[in-house]
Amino acid sequence: MIESQMSSLSSYKIFKGFLAFLILFLPVPLVLVSVGVGYLKIPPGEVLKVVQSKLTGEVSEDLKTYEAVIFNIRLPRILLAFLVGATLAVSGAVMQSMFRNPLVEPYILGISSGAAFGASLALGLGITFLTGVQTLAFVFGISSIFLAYVMAKTRGEVPVVNLVLAGIIVTALFSALTSLIKFFVDPHNLAAIVYWIMGSFSHAKWDQLLAVTPMILFPLLLIFAMGWRLNVLSLGEEEAKALGVKVNRDQLVFLSLATFSTSSAVSVSGIIGWVGLLVPHIVRLAFSSDNRVMMPLCASLGGSFMVLADNIARTAFSFELPISVLTTILGAPVFMFLVRRRARRVWS
Amino acid sequence: MVLEVKGLRFAYRGELKFVLDGIEMKLNDGEILVLLGPNGCGKTTLLKCINRLLKPIEGAVLVEDRNLIEMNERDIAKTIAYVPQHQKLPFPYKVLEFVLLGRAPHIGLFSAPRARDYEIAIEALKLLGIENLADRFYTELSGGERQLVLIARALASEAKILLLDEPTAHLDFKNTHRVLGTLRKIIKERGLSAIITLHDPNLAQRYGDKVAVVQNGRIFKYGLPKEIIDSELIKIVYGIEAFVLNFDNLRVVVPK
Repeated sequence: MIESQMSSLSSYKIFKGFLAFLILFLPVPLVLVSVGVGYLKIPPGEVLKVVQSKLTGEVSEDLKTYEAVIFNIRLPRILLAFLVGATLAVSGAVMQSMFRNPLVEPYILGISSGAAFGASLALGLGITFLTGVQTLAFVFGISSIFLAYVMAKTRGEVPVVNLVLAGIIVTALFSALTSLIKFFVDPHNLAAIVYWIMGSFSHAKWDQLLAVTPMILFPLLLIFAMGWRLNVLSLGEEEAKALGVKVNRDQLVFLSLATFSTSSAVSVSGIIGWVGLLVPHIVRLAFSSDNRVMMPLCASLGGSFMVLADNIARTAFSFELPISVLTTILGAPVFMFLVRRRARRVWS
Repeated sequence: MVLEVKGLRFAYRGELKFVLDGIEMKLNDGEILVLLGPNGCGKTTLLKCINRLLKPIEGAVLVEDRNLIEMNERDIAKTIAYVPQHQKLPFPYKVLEFVLLGRAPHIGLFSAPRARDYEIAIEALKLLGIENLADRFYTELSGGERQLVLIARALASEAKILLLDEPTAHLDFKNTHRVLGTLRKIIKERGLSAIITLHDPNLAQRYGDKVAVVQNGRIFKYGLPKEIIDSELIKIVYGIEAFVLNFDNLRVVVPK
């Protein structure tokens, strides 16, 4: 009896391991298929041919059009979508562990509304030179979290409850300021602001991708390397401290990394909801709460989910859908299914 | 003697009243010291001051002539393990993953547990006789099992001194005795020492080697349970009349 249980247990573990492996390598075929999807359809075989000839250095004349579409238009967009999805999912998981709450989004401390205000300011004032929209969105995204942190700090300590309350205040403040801008700008700029806030990858270019990649990738790699410490922090301030952790220092480290990468992502994509909430949930329920396991899987699955949503956003209709609308429409039912199915067993 | 508290005073910020006002206390090698006292007398605050979860205003906590108040967090955690009353985990960790967290004082920011840490965690589970729980979710366990897992996590840190804050507060009759019995056995076997806060004088005299009664922020009485727990003490500390009955070697406190 026990032996049969043991063997079924281990085969279950092998199955899970295999599934994790699949998820980690999912982005490769997904990207190859995605570059072929769009107004000009490119069959996977042709995509492989283009990639192959690109690698060997010579692209024949009949593949030139495909090459241009794949490498100049679609690939930067798909890679950017992947990076943004990955960082939102990982930052979500980080924030959830830090705040000991599985319902926390990476935007909890006001990044999204700060970024929205920055972008609105740029669009409203017509500051479009030197990628003004991205820069201001990034700067205000980061500022919002520092504002929240400074507000929350009392006598050298930063209690989590204070931080959440400060986040609510900062979010409200920047939302009000954004509304003020929307109220005063002319309708043309208003449309641009509304469109930016709903999120899109339609302006993705290589230079933008190259600028933002290190800003997203370095924080993510550091977070990966410190995954186990995040497990300790998720026990709560007092217990983590009793286990010898410098809680306030470590919280600041994780907050800074997650904020920096999220602000970078938001500055190029606009505000995209649900990914940071949904993906960590799926990974936690299907695999493990251990952040060492979670982080790479969140990155891979979050990125893939975003690429998929963007594929739909750019191909489903003759016009582009705002991607945030799609991530929510796709995410909400999945989330509901997960919560109903597993919540009772897992959360006491 | 492994631990000595000298002249410890503590007040919460912005409050004039001292919660702890000149605590003097000793913990001997291999001993279980039970802190007794009514709700709000400062037992838990005292425990938290000992491993500096709270910072005392005055006084010293000496462990082998080193003052804990001046040590860094990691060294304190390697010396003293803290077992909280209960842990409400927001995420479903497996028991083994959870016990592994006890290795935190030995593992740096960019490191993760190695094979040796896993061995120590599994060893701690075996000591408590709950290695069969290793693959279960902590969130699915019963109250008694959870308490044992929390103790296993403390053992995994390899600290020689354990602090337990009302470990039986949420447990039924059977589990109360299961947890305290197992705890006492391990402390004696492994040559550890422990300070435990408890509410029940009967549990204190059954499982404690020494008892310290905390009242108004001071140690009101300290000594062997059979010497200090009597009707008079119960009257003074808890304000109720009680019999102390003797059966063979067993003493029982029963309210009148």
